Amino acid sequence: MNSMNTAAMPAETMSEKVAKPVIDEKPENAVITEGSTVGQPFADDPKFKLRNVEVSYGESPAIKNISLDIGRNEVIAFIGPSGCGKSTFLRCLNRMNDSIDICRVKGSLMLDDHDIYDPKRDVVELRARVGMVFQKPNPFPKSIYDNVAYGPRIHGLANRKSDLDDIVENSLRKAGLWDEVKDRLDATATGMSGGQQQRLCIARAIAVSPEVILMDEPCSALDPIATAKVEELIAEMSESYTIVIVTHSMQQAARVSDRTAYFHLGHLVEVNDTDKVFTAPDHQLTESYITGRFG
Amino acid sequence: MSNTKDDVYGDHISARFNDELTELKTQFLNMGGMVESQVEQAIEALTNNDSQLAEDVRLNDKTVDRMEMDLDEEAILVIARRQPAARDLRLVISVIKMVADLERVGDEAKKIAKMAIKLSEEGQAPRGYVEIRHIGKHVQSMLHDALDAFARLDTDQALRVMKEDKQVDEEYQAAARALLTFMMEDARNITRCMMVMWVLRALERIGDHACNIAEHVIFMAKGEDVRHASMEETERVVGR
Repeated sequence: MNSMNTAAMPAETMSEKVAKPVIDEKPENAVITEGSTVGQPFADDPKFKLRNVEVSYGESPAIKNISLDIGRNEVIAFIGPSGCGKSTFLRCLNRMNDSIDICRVKGSLMLDDHDIYDPKRDVVELRARVGMVFQKPNPFPKSIYDNVAYGPRIHGLANRKSDLDDIVENSLRKAGLWDEVKDRLDATATGMSGGQQQRLCIARAIAVSPEVILMDEPCSALDPIATAKVEELIAEMSESYTIVIVTHSMQQAARVSDRTAYFHLGHLVEVNDTDKVFTAPDHQLTESYITGRFG
Repeated sequence: MSNTKDDVYGDHISARFNDELTELKTQFLNMGGMVESQVEQAIEALTNNDSQLAEDVRLNDKTVDRMEMDLDEEAILVIARRQPAARDLRLVISVIKMVADLERVGDEAKKIAKMAIKLSEEGQAPRGYVEIRHIGKHVQSMLHDALDAFARLDTDQALRVMKEDKQVDEEYQAAARALLTFMMEDARNITRCMMVMWVLRALERIGDHACNIAEHVIFMAKGEDVRHASMEETERVVGR
């Protein structure tokens, strides 16, 4: 795994990366300008500053020259057709792609102005700061308590049992699960419903005091009620965390996110305020996708 | 209206979604055609002193009302089934709003028809028919052009309709002043001239509704709401 340890791009090249609106074109004629994005891909004082990111699996490019800022405490949704690279891009943010041998990541990826891919960086610490929730709930085969306590124990976040108890309770409360499980914290986590397991995974991520939570289609395995509860949770959590959510559901992206980023064949085509993306997007391809003209 | 290759509301993966939007547009244009015909016949009934034609217009307003309800219901179902986004959402929302304008135009046509019946009973008014024909022609053409702009998503044409509205207002003011003078000259004219005033007012309102429809067409096409924008701002949106 290589990375180019470049500094953030100078400001004068920012305008090159913001392309003009491309609307009213047929999808087959609509142009994507490589390396530049329509809308508002950049932010003031971002949490993540990502420049010229390229990811490939062996010889196959998956992410092509993407530049994006992710704002502090914003909820940003990544949408796009299957295979567009949104999950690959998400996994760059906490180096989960490291576990894939043939995956190569290039470009500048900064978290709070520190290089995510600095070889000297502690990846475990990174993944505590940038937590992740996956599509299929994956609680450990342990008790509910131990699932949540595992991370704080590993990271030495609690000296005494009472501190650990507090962390577990706070995390379960924030995940909206405490009232349902407070009387059975010793019960095995795998005995819970899918929705409860997913909220447990969220509690587990919260327990190590992250700054960012990455969510890769967190509701696609859940029923509508569990989905609504997780979405409600995202709204509450956004006050304290930066959240990046990959979703196949257009309506979910419209409901939960502040900005929406549309990916297409490895390119970042458009980033805009979510309200704008779903009422009057700037790029024809974005509009064609969200209106169900292709996918 | 067919779902041609150039139809910007077609090409969904779901052919049924294409059909639903096509049906919505077709029904809207049918209602537009019905309302245009109502206005034309109401003016004709008035100027030709044809109370039977006027009565037909009055009765046909029920059809217009039913079309309004059917269209609203259809639009609601599209929203419920499809959760439309972007231009599809703007189309559905605009249709709901424009249907209300069309229904009001239908009501104005009914008012004109009622005046036609009254005037045929009271005896024709001594003045105002030239103005009615002139303003009537003007607003009919605005309404037709607004509906045509919808059918072709022609924002330039929609803008032209919006610019006509000011002229209609001026023509109405001039006609009202002339009628007022006439009424002051001879009090026996007042009752019948007031009826002509109501007709002129109804025609001026039809012009306003045509202008509203044009504004919604611009919103549908460009995604910007120009309802309370200046003409310069609207020109900028259309020209973009």
